[in-house]
Amino acid sequence: MRSARDRQLYKILFKQDLVPNIHLFKIAAPSVARKAQAGQFVVIRIDEKGERIPLTIADWDRDEGSITIVFMEVGTTTHRLALLGTSDPIADFIGPLGLPTHIDKFGTVVCVAGGFAVATIMPIARAMRQKGNRVISIMGARNKDLLFWEDELRRVSDELIVTTDDGSYARRGLVTEPLKELLESDNKIDRVVAIGPSIMMKFCAETTRPFGVRTIVSLNPIMVDGTGMCGCCRVSVGGATRFACVDGPDFDGHEVDWDLLFARQRIYLDEEKCSFDQWQSEHGAVS
Amino acid sequence: MPKLNLNRVPMPRQDPRVRAKNFNEVALGYTDEQALAEAERCIQCPKRGCVEGCPVDIEIPAFIQAILDGDMPEAVRVLKNKNSLPGICGRVCPQETQCEATCSLAKKQAPIAIGRLERYVADWEQAHKDLISSPVTIPQPTGKRVAVVGSGPAGLTAAADLARMGHSVTLFEALHVAGGVLMYGIPQFRLPEEIVQTEVDYVVSLGVELKLDSVIGKIDTVDELLASGYDAIFLGTGAGLPMFMNIPGENLNGVYSANEFLTRVNLMRAYRFPEYDTPVKVGKNVAVIGGGNVAMDSARCALRLGADEVTIVYRRSEAEMPARREEVENAMEEGIQFKLLTNPKRFIGNEENWVTGMECYEMELGEPDDSGRRRPIPKQGSEFIIETDVVVVALGTTPNPLIAATTEGLETTRWGTVVADEETGRTVKPGVWAGGDIVTGAATVISAMGAAKRAAADINNYLKGETSPERLAS
Repeated sequence: MRSARDRQLYKILFKQDLVPNIHLFKIAAPSVARKAQAGQFVVIRIDEKGERIPLTIADWDRDEGSITIVFMEVGTTTHRLALLGTSDPIADFIGPLGLPTHIDKFGTVVCVAGGFAVATIMPIARAMRQKGNRVISIMGARNKDLLFWEDELRRVSDELIVTTDDGSYARRGLVTEPLKELLESDNKIDRVVAIGPSIMMKFCAETTRPFGVRTIVSLNPIMVDGTGMCGCCRVSVGGATRFACVDGPDFDGHEVDWDLLFARQRIYLDEEKCSFDQWQSEHGAVS
Repeated sequence: MPKLNLNRVPMPRQDPRVRAKNFNEVALGYTDEQALAEAERCIQCPKRGCVEGCPVDIEIPAFIQAILDGDMPEAVRVLKNKNSLPGICGRVCPQETQCEATCSLAKKQAPIAIGRLERYVADWEQAHKDLISSPVTIPQPTGKRVAVVGSGPAGLTAAADLARMGHSVTLFEALHVAGGVLMYGIPQFRLPEEIVQTEVDYVVSLGVELKLDSVIGKIDTVDELLASGYDAIFLGTGAGLPMFMNIPGENLNGVYSANEFLTRVNLMRAYRFPEYDTPVKVGKNVAVIGGGNVAMDSARCALRLGADEVTIVYRRSEAEMPARREEVENAMEEGIQFKLLTNPKRFIGNEENWVTGMECYEMELGEPDDSGRRRPIPKQGSEFIIETDVVVVALGTTPNPLIAATTEGLETTRWGTVVADEETGRTVKPGVWAGGDIVTGAATVISAMGAAKRAAADINNYLKGETSPERLAS
């Protein structure tokens, strides 16, 4: 007898370690691949006991029916995910969720990526350029060992600026510095898209605010279902409560209540530590 | 005429002190002797008020007679002829306002415990699966394809009925498990997930193709489903969007929607964290705002998770509470506190954004409002503080706007519900039917199932070419 419990699994078609703790997976998910657009995300659950976490879509291949995700090992789920390899299955892979990034002909668009968000900015920069924009990209990482996809991003940008916090490669400093210089230069900047750690997005928004350049950020609050059902991901934008999973994840960075976002991202710090400690004790120390 | 027996056989239940600390089912179910004793009380009256009171027209006297006759396979057959989800309905239907309210013995305050008997039959079937062959036969395939969107009570019912009519049915579910609110909303101690999944399995065994992880509106729109060859669509996506109060402090850490709290606890099994990896904040003093079944469920979950004190905060009085009487009594027995005629004005937090308290008004009841219940009015100057570290807002839900926003030509109300004919479930869009909470707003499992049955019947007429006008007459 057929049963609801015989379920489809989502197979990892390809795995690549981009840098030691940042990985790329190509996952077979034809129905998601058919509709994915720049700026959208998926929710994954590794197995029966796993949590549901959102991951941004880095790329898609409609012919192959695959979605590419890039993630950094941060908590239990991403560490467990990193241990999987080619042809391993993932229990659940739901998407494409959230609204796509608004792509239009704006003029000159600056795409700023912090850390592994270079993977998220890639399809956005590509789509912005295809739409006829002049695309200036800025990518930053803590040090040179954490940089990847420099050439890939250069290929879809008219200009690329690379920074490292410690100066171990390219320009030393934070992404906000070249961003500020661009805004102060003769370039007319029509739009900024900044994606990365929340604190980096906040400072990008603060950098552009005095210049009045519309700045889109992609928020990453904690989510459960990712379809508008629970309200866990609520953020305050322009004084109104919005659900990042269905109203976003893109919002106007100048309107975001960043302190609320930071606070809500910390709700489960104790539990996250408990979960990770337990996982480490069961699976041996992780470097 | 034999003397009427007015002694309803009580449902055996876990002791309140014990059950307040576990997630096992509260109601234990009738034994064979108890079921027989209760079935014997039925006078098999010709009035059959019970059948009229049932939204899905179960032949109640017939299945009760089958229990008495010792013919349990027949009891199963009678039940499943009208209801594909008897184990669920026997547990969560508000029988006291439906079949049991119209039972001839209701006038004597001793209606037959129809729900308990229904559950008894459903549980018997599960325990004796090998003894009975499939209780239904599937007719020849009609070659027609129907997409059912949402696998909650409405979707499961529509899918089962349409499959039994010979249509090819695909059932789309956005979450990673089928059952909708039966899985994410109603807790284990009221409706064990094994019961739900067994009934989902039954629906799948009828030939329904279940597609999990499939968000319609994202992977395909309703229009794309129609274009891709589905002959009809049934929308049963429920009311999944939580309502908040829009008062200050609602985004503080520790303030949950009931949907989030219950989803973490039930669907994601946070009560078994860290074995299951989804956490939930337990809290010492939990305040649950609302007076419906969802509020009772949230409060009773919080208690079982280990909260020191759990308080229901409700703006009207006990008489106006929309929750089932039985669930309010269960909650009281378990030690849930009730703070009635009380309504929050704002939430108070600390510098780390954690909720620490709730400023509330005392309320008084004025004239009846649109709902027919007396309108609660804040008493000026009555503000006081309730200390709390976890708040669950259980004030109701509205339909998720995704389907309406991505479907051309679907009419919605200002509450976000989809407009559909009550008798047939037809929407104003040709080929698209809807039923359950997506049409009515949050209501009961059985009313959603009733609407789904009527829609399935109308879809069947349409697919057989017996319905020419596709549009609503209005």
